[in-house]
Amino acid sequence: MSDKRTCLYERHIQQGAKMVSFGGFEMPIQYTDIADEHIAVRTACGVFDVSHMGEVLVTGREAERFVQHIFTNDVAGAPAGKIFYGMMLHPNGGTIDDLLVYKEGDERFFLVINAANIDKDYAWISEQVKAFDAVAENQSDYYGQLAVQGPKAEGVVEKVLGLPCQELVFYTFKKMQVGDETIIISRTGYTGEDGFEIYASHGRIQQMWDKLMESGEAKPCGLGCRDTLRFEVGLPLYGDELTDDLSPLEAGLGIFVKLDKEEFVGKEAIARQKAEGITRKIVGIELEGRAIPRHGYEVVADDKVIGEVTTGYNSISTGKSVCMALLDINHAKLDTPVQVRIHKKLQPGKVIKKRFYDKNYKK
Amino acid sequence: MFLLFKGRLGGVLSMAKVIEGLYYAESHEYVRVEGEYGYIGITDYAQGQLGNVVYVDMPEVDDEVTAGEEFGAVESVKAASDLFSPVSGTVVEVNEALEDEPELINKDAFANWIIKVELADKSELDNLMDAKAYEAICK
Repeated sequence: MSDKRTCLYERHIQQGAKMVSFGGFEMPIQYTDIADEHIAVRTACGVFDVSHMGEVLVTGREAERFVQHIFTNDVAGAPAGKIFYGMMLHPNGGTIDDLLVYKEGDERFFLVINAANIDKDYAWISEQVKAFDAVAENQSDYYGQLAVQGPKAEGVVEKVLGLPCQELVFYTFKKMQVGDETIIISRTGYTGEDGFEIYASHGRIQQMWDKLMESGEAKPCGLGCRDTLRFEVGLPLYGDELTDDLSPLEAGLGIFVKLDKEEFVGKEAIARQKAEGITRKIVGIELEGRAIPRHGYEVVADDKVIGEVTTGYNSISTGKSVCMALLDINHAKLDTPVQVRIHKKLQPGKVIKKRFYDKNYKK
Repeated sequence: MFLLFKGRLGGVLSMAKVIEGLYYAESHEYVRVEGEYGYIGITDYAQGQLGNVVYVDMPEVDDEVTAGEEFGAVESVKAASDLFSPVSGTVVEVNEALEDEPELINKDAFANWIIKVELADKSELDNLMDAKAYEAICK
């Protein structure tokens, strides 16, 4: 099957982006240079086309009870306008996807899911919703999405796009009337910096992109730096740190699983894992040298393979070679010496926290 | 060298430099021959495709390299690209400057060779391309 294109595809080509296949879409990996784009987001403002992300709208009398059923976080009792991060799980505790849930009201929720998982997720959601007085609609083809990220994002969104956003606090959103359509803007992102995500029709997203480019105040950024940015602050990428075979507990994301909730798919499995103890865990590793650990490389201790790298880079912000890795729990404690096999050689390092750079959120 | 960006290259690419008198491999390494020795590096075209080099994985002195086989890697932020030796021989020197400044390859790929080898069989050079033939495959 050939890759889909977002509403900004022609603009990426005109701007000289290098395009790659990601999650079933032909996406820009970089416009000029991953490190330059990364630094722009850390120090000023960058804009990403994230129109490949999927959106599912859940409505109905039992919408909230349904979301509680498929989602690990707890949305009950929260006010409209709040956003939750969490996962959808298989009954065995493996992760179907990680997602954001926007609560518009007790009977209306907006789910934002990973591009590569849209078909799988929507099939799961459609099957599960049958038992509830609610409906789920896949709106992925309607919405385009921009992520405006960085310490200067607020000013750029307010001045260049003319969207008042100052009053939004972290992990909240609002709907706004712009022309003849309602758009969604949230204070969220995937970079570890302050920033906003905007959901609107294709035409509106194209207009906004053009305004941002004309202003010169937001650097166009590709998925290359989106990955280095999220990695540095320890955020997981589905497919690397979360998979159908990996639970949120193993990924170190237990705080997003609310076991005190009455019921949700996967609850028993996670409760059991918690009681019995997990056997493997995603950790951070820092290497002594500059050799770069990459996804899939073996992690070794005492001549035995004890796990593998899930994501790794020479960190752009710190210059250190670091990675996240899924390790046997017996080697997962902080400061445990480990080695990563890189181009046949074993490179020494140690287990550290999986946050290589501090987040700068505005809370 | 295995090139990672197989997708579309948009925009205007500046013309890659090719130098006369060197031997070129299809995998985008070159050999500059001086007497019994060959200096092996990646071409200007290859560094342009790869983007900013952030790490070079090199063999050690006295290691053997074999024509067509991997001897190390050049890495950008995003990916590692294997290096394949255009010739067989023994490594007599590695370019240590690249350990601290891998970006030298982007500044001048032909001046900043990666390894120097004592050539085992000069007739292997006949299997490589000259500048004109190499330039043709970069288009």
